[in-house]
Amino acid sequence: MEFLGEVAAWFSDPASWEGRNSIPLRLWEHVSLSATALALGVLIALPIGLAIGHSGRGARSVVAVTNTGRAIPSLGWLGMVLPITLVLFERGGLGFLPALIALVALAIPPIVTNTYAGLREVDRELIDAARGMGMSERRILAAVEVPIALPVILAGIRSSAVQVVATATLAAVVAGGTLGDFILQGIFVRDLPRVFGAALMVAALALATEGLFALLQRLATPPGLQGSAAVARPS
Amino acid sequence: MNDQPFFRFDWVIDNLDEIARRLGEHLVMTGIAVGVGLLISFALALLVRRVRPLYGPTIAVTGALYSIPSLALFALLMPITGLSLLTAEIALVSYTLLILVRNIVAALDGVPAEVLDAAAAMGFGPVERLWRVELPIALPVIVAGVRIATVTTIGLVTVTSLIGLGGLGYLIVNTGINRFFATSIYTGVALSVALAVLADVGLEGLQRRLTPWAQARTG
Repeated sequence: MEFLGEVAAWFSDPASWEGRNSIPLRLWEHVSLSATALALGVLIALPIGLAIGHSGRGARSVVAVTNTGRAIPSLGWLGMVLPITLVLFERGGLGFLPALIALVALAIPPIVTNTYAGLREVDRELIDAARGMGMSERRILAAVEVPIALPVILAGIRSSAVQVVATATLAAVVAGGTLGDFILQGIFVRDLPRVFGAALMVAALALATEGLFALLQRLATPPGLQGSAAVARPS
Repeated sequence: MNDQPFFRFDWVIDNLDEIARRLGEHLVMTGIAVGVGLLISFALALLVRRVRPLYGPTIAVTGALYSIPSLALFALLMPITGLSLLTAEIALVSYTLLILVRNIVAALDGVPAEVLDAAAAMGFGPVERLWRVELPIALPVIVAGVRIATVTTIGLVTVTSLIGLGGLGYLIVNTGINRFFATSIYTGVALSVALAVLADVGLEGLQRRLTPWAQARTG
């Protein structure tokens, strides 16, 4: 109980809310880094998934991408990107760039895989019918395949979003910043209330992200087809 | 780091002992997490199969645990268990539960009713039936869950280096990122990926060996 009082004291201390190491700043870093990474991930992965899913070609590379993505640890992505950016830009102090690149790389596989899988699940006869009606390939994709596959595609984006928000915590290791920074600083200086308070915020943010995308997915799913879909992995 | 080669093989050769030690720590931490996770999941699966209404809440709770980032879960446990192996293992075990419970329940549910009737007719008691009939039939699906849980755990164990433990994360973070030393980072990541792939392939092989009859059906 006494400990929870100390956590509350950290939250209510005015010093926690201002300056270069404040809760609002770290929260903003966490959310903006995650949102940017997810947006870029969707921009890259969605066209790839749509192309492969519509044509049916390149399925093997999808499996390869998924398996590799699953075997590389989230922390590994962050670690691998750091030296490459240091060599490419010949300097350190790149701020969030290495973390952003790692998070985008992490966001891509679930979206490609689910978009591909979602399009493949669409009944072939529907597509043949659309083609018979004289629809162009582009129109078939936009008007038939994507609407039917939307819940599965959104499930992939949800997996990515949860993983990105989780891994943004680890971005503190390479970039400084994000809510993970409070946890690492706190461990370093043995300030457990700070560690615990920041962890509460990270957990809440992850659960809120999961909830938000679960809601989006539900809204995109016709009432008759409500069921469970894939979950993200922890990071 | 620009005045030296990007990857220094001489460092790897000189530090083989250290690398082997970190790999060993990684294996032990993964083994404990998946082993304990499997035991708990098995008990939970048997429980929710007996008391069906508990299945939904069990999946909801393990699912919520699953979406909490690992560093945050370690941090939330720290006031109770400190910066210790116990903290890491409690979190790692809790991440295995969702996949394992779901797969074990689905696997046992998938055993055909006629088979269960035949076992009853042969006079098998519930324990003997579970051990000699249900488990062998359910094994491929259970092992599929164990494979996913193991690969996921191997990745998550790297994060334990941030709370002062060892494993391959030590090579990635402590001697790698913190010193801007690419060789150590890539050694840690490569070994982690290799371990995940080997564990995945190894478990698949084990499952094939244990259930030779399953090949005929699945091809």
